Amino acid sequence: MTPRAAAALAPCVLALAAVPWVIGNEFYVNMASQVLIYALFALSINMMLGYGGMVSLGHAAYLGIAGYACILATTAGYDQLTAAVFAVALSTTAAAFFGVLSLRAPGLGFIMITLALGQIVWGVAYRANDLTGGDNGIRHPARPMPFGFDISDAPSFYYFTLMVFFVALFFIWRFARSPFGASLKGARDQPRRMRMLGHNVWLVRWITFVMAGFWASVAGVLYVYYNLFLSPHAISLQQSAEILLMAILGGASTLSGPIVGAAIITLVKNVVSTYVERWNTLLGVIFVVVIVFMPYGLVPGCAQAWQRLRNRMKGRKEVSPAASEPAQ
Amino acid sequence: MATEALDISGLDAYYGDSHVLHAVSFALKGGRLLGLLGRNGAGKTTCMATIMVMGFLKPRRGSISLYGENVAGLAPDAIARKGICLVPQGRRMFRTLTVRENLMVAAQARKAAGSGWSIDRVFELFPRLAERAAQLAGSLSGGEQQMLAIGRALMGNPRVLLMDEPSEGLAPQLVAEVGRTIAQLKAEGQSIVLVEQNIKLTLDLADDVVIMNTGRVVFRGSANEIKLDDAIVSQHLGVF
Repeated sequence: MTPRAAAALAPCVLALAAVPWVIGNEFYVNMASQVLIYALFALSINMMLGYGGMVSLGHAAYLGIAGYACILATTAGYDQLTAAVFAVALSTTAAAFFGVLSLRAPGLGFIMITLALGQIVWGVAYRANDLTGGDNGIRHPARPMPFGFDISDAPSFYYFTLMVFFVALFFIWRFARSPFGASLKGARDQPRRMRMLGHNVWLVRWITFVMAGFWASVAGVLYVYYNLFLSPHAISLQQSAEILLMAILGGASTLSGPIVGAAIITLVKNVVSTYVERWNTLLGVIFVVVIVFMPYGLVPGCAQAWQRLRNRMKGRKEVSPAASEPAQ
Repeated sequence: MATEALDISGLDAYYGDSHVLHAVSFALKGGRLLGLLGRNGAGKTTCMATIMVMGFLKPRRGSISLYGENVAGLAPDAIARKGICLVPQGRRMFRTLTVRENLMVAAQARKAAGSGWSIDRVFELFPRLAERAAQLAGSLSGGEQQMLAIGRALMGNPRVLLMDEPSEGLAPQLVAEVGRTIAQLKAEGQSIVLVEQNIKLTLDLADDVVIMNTGRVVFRGSANEIKLDDAIVSQHLGVF
């Protein structure tokens, strides 16, 4: 990391750490925790979408598998850590299997297979009443106590989520900047050329699929810890589409884009909806406006606008001395 | 024991039902440079594409041996890992990746230690790429893109380097620069097949020359033979 990037990151880290003190209100601190969980979820799908060009409509399945597994293992008597590890491992294994099936088809076929697999998981959660509680959902007994710390109140849970989020963000940042990340972007842009360079494009995509599934599973466990409840609604097609929208809205080709997208959509859904009855329409309008004026999403769009503004200012500065000279 | 770095023998290839390569045969000896000449549509690029199994092109008949090992029809990634690397016609950069990322992508492709190319060594060969390391490949000039295409192929530590029209679309000054680079690689012992329409550049660099016409090899010999006999060039390439 360059000193400049570190200098830019430090205020963000401090601002995020200060959220509970600055906001104070428990409702909004909980909202911040939700934003972090969805941001992690959006970052996980962005590994496939932004860097790999793979559009998945079944990503919520991993949140569901991990969430249900975590609840079921905990209620079966396992300790929280074992339950969480088991849940993430099971869901990541499912992602590995789903990846093998989905990556058999490119483009539209891939989208349809992920959609179908997501719907299968949703259908099982909806129908398997004895296991999942069906439409009524099931409750998680209690939040864990990592290293003996009680995270049952809003600020402490926020810090717990923030720590997990930072760890995930670091790994995803490293992933995007690694040679493997470059290979993935190469496979997105020119798969045939990548094969010429000796890469097994399928394997590159599959590993990414599994890694994205892993981080979605971590988000799933956090989701269960936050809500202490899980129902099929949380893993529906709408959830998968919403996560996809978060990444696209913020800017799928960037690391910060999905975080911004997750913040906007979560806040509109939970905060603006108390004041605006037709918040769904508002969300639709925001999405259309952003995509029309910033086709690559908010973060790249704002960066471009900022660059244009700077160039214009620079141009004006360079022009102004000559312009101020009296005409000959 | 095979001495040929690359031995193409009786290679036939088809575009659908169209027979495009007819029993093409030639051999490249280790550390030498073979120039593959021909008019537009003679089958030079098709020949490269068939070796690398690009797109739908697969050798229907014949053999392709790399230091005695038959690689005909293997998957393109397997061929690249065996050590045949291609500098494609038209450069074909990863336009949304930086210069460094373009090189990085190729570096991890083959672990076998060949001539030991690294990003730093490529930057030594092309200092201008070092200056542009963080720049997107899509924003490079044509000459810089060509340097990057060569650098990217070298990062795969090629045992045989295929170069498909590296001088295409470049200004004369840049063509000379590309020529000097190829000469340097040859001097370092790199085995190269150079596909070109630029006859002068090819004859200046090549040890051996193969001329193709309508998918067939019509001449096979040393570069000196052609240099001493203008009739060969005028007969097969229509240049006087």
